[in-house]
Amino acid sequence: MIPAQFRYQRANTVEEALAALAEHGDEAKPLAGGHSLLPLMKLRLAAPEVLVDLAPLDELRFVRLDGDTVRIGALTRHHDLHGDGVLREHAPLLAHVAGEVGDQQVRHRGTIGGSLVHADPAADLAAALLACDGTLVARGPRGEREIPATEFFLGPFTTPLEPDELLTEVRLPRQTGRGWAFEKFTRRAIDWAIVGVAVCGQSVGLVNMAGTPLRASATERALASGAPIAEAAELAAEGTSPVDEPHATAEYRRHLARVLTARALEAAAA
Amino acid sequence: MRVTIEVNGRTVSEEVEDRMLLVHFLREQAGMTATNIGCDTTSCGACTVLLDGESVKSCTVLAAQADGHAVTTLEGLTGPDGDLHPVQRAFREQHGLQCGFCTPGMIMASVSLLAHNPKPTREEVRTGLEGNLCRCTGYHNIVNAVVDASGQEVAQ
Repeated sequence: MIPAQFRYQRANTVEEALAALAEHGDEAKPLAGGHSLLPLMKLRLAAPEVLVDLAPLDELRFVRLDGDTVRIGALTRHHDLHGDGVLREHAPLLAHVAGEVGDQQVRHRGTIGGSLVHADPAADLAAALLACDGTLVARGPRGEREIPATEFFLGPFTTPLEPDELLTEVRLPRQTGRGWAFEKFTRRAIDWAIVGVAVCGQSVGLVNMAGTPLRASATERALASGAPIAEAAELAAEGTSPVDEPHATAEYRRHLARVLTARALEAAAA
Repeated sequence: MRVTIEVNGRTVSEEVEDRMLLVHFLREQAGMTATNIGCDTTSCGACTVLLDGESVKSCTVLAAQADGHAVTTLEGLTGPDGDLHPVQRAFREQHGLQCGFCTPGMIMASVSLLAHNPKPTREEVRTGLEGNLCRCTGYHNIVNAVVDASGQEVAQ
């Protein structure tokens, strides 16, 4: 399978990338690692006329601690996140989840920014970022803006980013002292999660339980009011709308959400 | 567009379509046909090559993205006198293949795995190679081969 025709161009600075996006509007797509976009293009589910390759933008590859905030450049690859010392110490949930994405080869190419803007409801990193109270930073012709993760996922593959905006950074509060765990249930090793649960302290992010990644709010409220884990986890599927598929019915997914949330909360508390 | 890639130490520079995939560049432009196209959907790993020393699935990389970079295919592992790379030798000695279709990708993924983790456990080999499918399901001997290539005793 070969993608439909497009024009390839390379951006050497963020400004160049923004100028190219402004010029071509929604006919252009920024290209990071390409591990979400290129498969869509090969299947003709996306057919941009211009690809703006961000690969030269080393300024968007970093992980650093800035006061109590962990700052991650949008082009940082999953492989680098997983092995990063700063992330492992200050945001261990995200470092762990980055190592659970896809497989070795995918993690060598895929980037955190690319994964988040793709906004697949089954993406592991999105649920982790939700549980970590993360924020996304976008730049565009109207300047820079911060979007909380809770407001970033609007629907399947849909975010508030405008066609001329670029996700440049991900920020999350240092995770000091908050227990964490990630539980992912798949049929085969590299499959997308049927259901996944990311826990950071008493925050719970759900993978693939609705058209977007989302927080298990009922569970979080129960925990906040002092309910034991077993009781709070029973509420994990409240407010979700999982899809019904032949290999995993909606009811099965709700069951998994409850079981995996209980396991993740127990592990995080241990 | 003109794409210049160092393939197995040799500079290959060709005029190609912007949309050309790296795997097609390697097979058709560079003549390196050991790299197989399997699922063509980033799942099976048959097209795994090393890009700047790290394993990637070349069906999901544009030739344009590899422009100015170095690629190693299975052919590039063999020494100038035809000496097999330690991972190639171990795959042969442990019979880490049946039909052989997945083998080039398995070997390249194993080389990358061992570069990051020189003495993996059997479990780590299985996890590290989760992006490579063997439809003969000959995984047992593949794991043996990687353990052998790492210089560790192969528990039978």
